[in-house]
Amino acid sequence: MSEIKKIKNLKEFSTSADRFEGANLLCPGCAHSIIVREVLNATNDDLILAASTGCLEVCTAVYPYTSWDASWIHIGFENGSTAVAGAEAMYKALKNKGRLKQPDREPKFVAFGGDGASYDIGFQWISGCFERGHNMMYVVLDNEVYANTGGQRSSSTPIGASTTTAPAGRVSYGEKMHKKNMMQIMAAHGSPYVAQVAPNKWKDMIKKIQHGFSVEGPVFINAMSACTTEWKFLPEDTIAVSDLATDSLVFPLYEIIDGTKLNITYRPKNVIPVKDYLGAQGRFKHLFKPENKHVLDEWQARVDRDWEYLQRREEASV
Amino acid sequence: MAEKQELRDVEVWDGNMAASQAMRQVQIDVVAAYPITPSTPIVENYGNFLANGYVDGEFVMVESEHGAMSGCIGASAAGGRVATATSSQGFALMVETLYQASGMRLPIVLNVVNRALAAPLNVNGDHSDMYLGRDSGWIQFDAYNPQDAYDLNFIAFRVAEDHEIRLPAMVHQDGFLTSHTAQGVHTIDDDTAYNFVGDFKPMNDMLDLDHPVTHGVQTEEDWHYEHKARQHNDLMTKVFPRIEAAFDAFEKLTGRRYNIVEQYNTEDADAVVVCMGTSVETAVEVSNELCAEGKKVGVIGIRVVRPWPHAQLVEALKGVTAIGALDRSSPNGTFGMLYNELAGTVVNGEEKKVVTNYVYGLGGRDLTKVHLREIFAELLANAEAGKPTTPLQQLIGVRGPKISFH
Repeated sequence: MSEIKKIKNLKEFSTSADRFEGANLLCPGCAHSIIVREVLNATNDDLILAASTGCLEVCTAVYPYTSWDASWIHIGFENGSTAVAGAEAMYKALKNKGRLKQPDREPKFVAFGGDGASYDIGFQWISGCFERGHNMMYVVLDNEVYANTGGQRSSSTPIGASTTTAPAGRVSYGEKMHKKNMMQIMAAHGSPYVAQVAPNKWKDMIKKIQHGFSVEGPVFINAMSACTTEWKFLPEDTIAVSDLATDSLVFPLYEIIDGTKLNITYRPKNVIPVKDYLGAQGRFKHLFKPENKHVLDEWQARVDRDWEYLQRREEASV
Repeated sequence: MAEKQELRDVEVWDGNMAASQAMRQVQIDVVAAYPITPSTPIVENYGNFLANGYVDGEFVMVESEHGAMSGCIGASAAGGRVATATSSQGFALMVETLYQASGMRLPIVLNVVNRALAAPLNVNGDHSDMYLGRDSGWIQFDAYNPQDAYDLNFIAFRVAEDHEIRLPAMVHQDGFLTSHTAQGVHTIDDDTAYNFVGDFKPMNDMLDLDHPVTHGVQTEEDWHYEHKARQHNDLMTKVFPRIEAAFDAFEKLTGRRYNIVEQYNTEDADAVVVCMGTSVETAVEVSNELCAEGKKVGVIGIRVVRPWPHAQLVEALKGVTAIGALDRSSPNGTFGMLYNELAGTVVNGEEKKVVTNYVYGLGGRDLTKVHLREIFAELLANAEAGKPTTPLQQLIGVRGPKISFH
């Protein structure tokens, strides 16, 4: 196992490796770039990276430019996981055959995908990679919407959000379905490590990424990525909105080890009402009309219930 | 190190075993695969080699054919020898990634055991899947029997991995008729076979940690065309010389001669059929019989489907008046691919040619010698008349009233 990188403070950390260049086309205020930088900076080891089609991909590898100072591959929308799994298989083959060019270095294999690429179209590919046990990390940049194509609903879109394919209108409050629980699904694959992270809680995130890098096997990271464009808040408020998400427990930060042991890793000192989180974003604006109050109530009840469940799991150590 | 296998000079192999033995001998680094009839035994055989220590690469049994080619692309970009196999629906599921593999210039070898495309579901051999891949930017070789399937794999790896080429290649064989029909196959010993292809030489490999590379970029109207134009140009200009050189070297090594366009009894022929796969052997048998009767009929077998052998066909068709293009795939609303491409090839020549189209053998329906005798008779009549004496397109061997068009 490689050495775990020591990180003292945010300033030192944010500039410590720079294998993801600031020169990219992501929106100002996009959380993707913060998350990617945090993942890459968590290790000094070599990296082999993949991205599924999506915001990150189209904004970082526009020929003849690249934002990546580590080997990187994009194939299609659904197969970022398998792209890196293929590279990992080749690494094993060449290691076994003694043909690695730098045999003393052990790269980490990481795939990034949006929630559309992960919860929806690429779900089967991810499931296959995890069942086969490739030594890789899969990071979802979860902005709960098909942002790259202009804001269509995905199976990660939460109830009540207005999207272009499930818009709020005269007779609709927007998305009718609840967000898919990928954390539980991936934990059920028996992954050695599954964790939910948010870029505003960077120390928690780094700890989890480093733990993910330290274990053998497929690691799943669900990273909340607040989307200034589709969630509809000002670009300078990305971290503030992320704070509302974690402090309202809409995005609880927790981990599941070996598919069974659940730990809550962040407990807000003051839990804020869910409506404070929803009210900060244009996508939920219509929920504050009187006729949609039931959706707000349902939101709060669901978050409370999910938090209860996580606490019970943690207490029971299962 | 993988154990070597002692092969007899002639082994009794079906097309699937022939292909998997070639895959074993070139010592692939990563095979990512998914089973589908009739190519399943290729993957099973390979799994057997692995289980018994005859190969030592990684064998990744993925969850779909799309996943198989996706894994192959990731592995190939990482920098090593990569191959897989598929058929029919699996091939169709792979199509997206076929374009990605060739556009990213990754020398993957894909054994395609040809099979019909549903609906209706059918597991038998026709060329629908081969035709589906013809614009995907891959080199496509066509085997007529297990011996070809074995030999052409070595050619495919050697040409695809050439740094001047860097394009993926398919080796096609007919489902069941070749893949499950055991015949005598002349073998090459392990070392000689491996050396014919040589060590894999990586290029832009992701695993070269000192030289990071970006694979699979975005290009829009500013650069996309240049990438596609270059790929097309390389297919049109660079591939055939390398294939010719590989065929020459292979002949020197084994005595077996392959040609981009295979010609049988074409000298002085008035009429020829142009076909692919197992039909070539049947057509040659009939041609031989008819030649013995004094009729001037020949056969042209397409050995390399992509790139399309335009110049070789112009040469091969010199002096031939009537051409029957035999397509084993439903054109679904137009002429068959071979008809269209042959017509395009001969239309600007000085000699007047009469080209007609026969659709046959869909879903594994037999093409019989009786069919071929009828076809040759019609083609000779066309040659005599200097114009079509039949409809331009006819369906052969289908139940009910005769179906023909134009």
